[in-house]
Amino acid sequence: MSEPHPTERRAGTRTMDQPLLEIRNLEVGFQTQNGFVPALNGIDLTLMPGQTVAIVGESGSGKSTTAHAIINLLPGSGRITKGEILFEGRNLASLGDREMEDVRGKLVGFVPQDPMSNLNPVWSIGFQVEEAIRANGIASGKDVKKYAIQVLKEAGLADADTRMHQFPHQFSGGMRQRVLIGMGLAARPKLLIADEPTSALDVTVQRVILDHLATLTRDLGTAVLFITHDLGLAAERAEQLVVMYKGRIVESGPSREILENPLHPYTQRLVAAAPSLASRRIVSSGQKLSEADYHPPTSARGMDLIKAAESRAAKNEIERADDSAIVVESLSKVYKIRGEKGEGRHFKAVDDVSFTVQRGTTMALVGESGSGKSTVAKLLLRLEDATQGKIMIDGADIAHLGGRELLSLRRKMQPVFQDPYGSLDPLRNIGNTIAEPLVVHRVGDRASRRKRVSELLDQVALPANLSTRYPNELSGGQRQRVAVARALALKPEIVILDEAVSALDVLVQAQILSLLAELQSELGLTYLFITHDLAVVRVIADQVCVMKRGRIVESSTVDEVFDNPKEEYTQGLLAAIPGANFEFGR
Amino acid sequence: MSSNSPTGPSAGPGADGRSATHFVASLDETPLVETDTVQVSERPSNLWIDAWRDLRVRPMFWISAALIVLVIIVALMPWLFTQTPPNNDCHLSNSNAGPAAGHPLGFTKQGCDIYSRIINGTSTSVSVGFIVIVLTTLLGVVFGAFAGFYGGWVDSILSRLGDIFFSIPYILAAVVIMSVLSQYRSVWSISLAIGVFAWPQTARVLRSEILRVKNADYVMASSALGLSRFKILLKHVLPNSIAPVIVITTISLAAAIVAEASLSFLGVGLGSDIMSWGNDINNAQNDLRTNPQTLILPSIALSLTVFAFISLGEVARDALDPKARALR
Repeated sequence: MSEPHPTERRAGTRTMDQPLLEIRNLEVGFQTQNGFVPALNGIDLTLMPGQTVAIVGESGSGKSTTAHAIINLLPGSGRITKGEILFEGRNLASLGDREMEDVRGKLVGFVPQDPMSNLNPVWSIGFQVEEAIRANGIASGKDVKKYAIQVLKEAGLADADTRMHQFPHQFSGGMRQRVLIGMGLAARPKLLIADEPTSALDVTVQRVILDHLATLTRDLGTAVLFITHDLGLAAERAEQLVVMYKGRIVESGPSREILENPLHPYTQRLVAAAPSLASRRIVSSGQKLSEADYHPPTSARGMDLIKAAESRAAKNEIERADDSAIVVESLSKVYKIRGEKGEGRHFKAVDDVSFTVQRGTTMALVGESGSGKSTVAKLLLRLEDATQGKIMIDGADIAHLGGRELLSLRRKMQPVFQDPYGSLDPLRNIGNTIAEPLVVHRVGDRASRRKRVSELLDQVALPANLSTRYPNELSGGQRQRVAVARALALKPEIVILDEAVSALDVLVQAQILSLLAELQSELGLTYLFITHDLAVVRVIADQVCVMKRGRIVESSTVDEVFDNPKEEYTQGLLAAIPGANFEFGR
Repeated sequence: MSSNSPTGPSAGPGADGRSATHFVASLDETPLVETDTVQVSERPSNLWIDAWRDLRVRPMFWISAALIVLVIIVALMPWLFTQTPPNNDCHLSNSNAGPAAGHPLGFTKQGCDIYSRIINGTSTSVSVGFIVIVLTTLLGVVFGAFAGFYGGWVDSILSRLGDIFFSIPYILAAVVIMSVLSQYRSVWSISLAIGVFAWPQTARVLRSEILRVKNADYVMASSALGLSRFKILLKHVLPNSIAPVIVITTISLAAAIVAEASLSFLGVGLGSDIMSWGNDINNAQNDLRTNPQTLILPSIALSLTVFAFISLGEVARDALDPKARALR
């Protein structure tokens, strides 16, 4: 992708040396209830024809706002207050609505983030592609359909002429994103803006889609502005990196150079925290083995996953007595679903799964969406009943527990869920949320509960005065800390973390991961860590089970799986981790 | 970072733009904040606190609230506003007469004081309104909550039952009930007649809201804690789904007042011995051309009361709906 591709097929008066897109001192703000809030503070960006530039940043850094400002599709009350967006020398910021409509699609294509919600479910795929073609005046009459088939074929839908008549729900996420990419490129725009085009997809699908997008844009000579939160992905897919932080560009330049030699402290933080770039399991300051060369993660700056991991690397072989906290034996779960023609059908979500988790260790359950990993969590928590098989917690079968015994099982085992915005009751303050388990299990009186709440808040590194606050005042990471505190309230032995860090920004994710490691060594917790992200597994887990379609396909120690994956599926997963192939000077 | 910064990524078309330089912003311009710091400077807020902050700056909220307070005071203490008895001090000599000393709004055909009749009719309308919403909210919340939360056959039975009541227009049903109960006409019977067929709306709104809330992760977290299903419904699900019910309740209070007036107007509502705006409007309709104030004045009282409750419902909906709030 690094070679500028000749674009003879497009008649252009401008030469290749002149920038295609030049953003100068762009300022954008939003009108809110609390007054005008600036979102971008003086963005400068240059994109040459045929070049791929990635904008990286955490949520709220202004990366998507920049993209939306270019095509003048700022949401709600957002508007450009200053600066220029020069596209081939024309200032897009000063264009009227009509002129802007001609720019969108024709000159600047857009691939949105979520393929699930960006196709209209009541129209067929073909209709929507044809609509895009007509709107941009590319073809007319009978040619429209022909061209639509061509567009879809280019996007990688081999049987486009038959699949055109199907509806979005009949397409997988990856296929829908292909359609959206095809639509974005239908008018042969000179610039394609891809706003997190694959963050809703599995890594293996992500790889295929991005490979295809790269080939396609290279062949067409399209410049790409690639927006992502994933540093590894950005470095792998773009020759130029722009790192954004709080509405400003903090660092930009050639990808490799930035990753190898990050100069701005923020970029250094990002590089240090990216799990895809780390190599070994994170270790907590509490563990004696590594005390000598480990600095406790008191702040984000000191929280260097790689260093932490390396300090333990060689000494990671901890001998533990055979003391299993969780034993799962040939577990199966069958759901009744409706088949294609409305007939009842059986769907095996979990199929003959067996594994053992030793006390005080972390077992990671890895798989793509639909692999049944979350179902295993629900079965373990007795939120659903298994169809077949046995689950033993501390040597006791949990299948037939009732009443009091079930309550004491719940005391022993607590979950932390994925969505930090959904896992806390918005109408209860933090103190009451954390105290709820104590109330349910009738532990202590009011005063002792309050004491325990501040103790727990302290444990998850949150200030005690937070207890009178409500969840909507907290960031995602803070909410997840609260969820961890609630899970720890009853002093459980086992914590089930169902995608507990998947929705967080990398820096926050790294913080939570080190917090979890700290707590594990401090309290001797056993973790079952369920995730789709193999990169995270490496820094948190001791053992790993790889799941595919309800079955465990590979199960071993983390180092074994990463260094010497046996199954083809695991190898594919590993290869798809973005940035995995980079070796950085640290 | 200024646009003219020589080290900026936009090194200018003069420079070789293709080999972009490695740009780093100075740390002064982008001060680094600790990752994920907690800011507790702002006041605590949740849905209800936010809604209140939103409401108290809206003039419409204060106008409707003031009207409602006035209406309620009039209903509870009519003697503060007039000493003239509405029924027993009527003199045919005053029939359809205009305003006179002590009788600011004039007289009806029967020679009764219009002002006194309006003041004394307020409590009837307001009582019917409140009794009906207590009834519909009770029935609606119980049916809606159980149907939505427990699902399955419970939902099927409760929802179909609701559908049966919903399929009969409640005004029509009330006309029938009141005709049957012709000898028991009172504020209570008319409220019952309206309320028994008006609750399915509340139940439906609550049911759909509960269906949304019951799949939240915090509900799952609470069941993993060992909280019983019923307690989860009471402590987590219901509080998070009640907001639209409050909006609909305010609006149905207005609808109930209208329904009472309609039934009384049709002659199947309250007896002539009970003061009611609907009765007065009914009695005045023959004099519309000769003496319109006998009809118009009680109508204005009715409209203002209904307007106050509906407006309150509207502003409450705007304040409680986060989506509507985001758009402003």
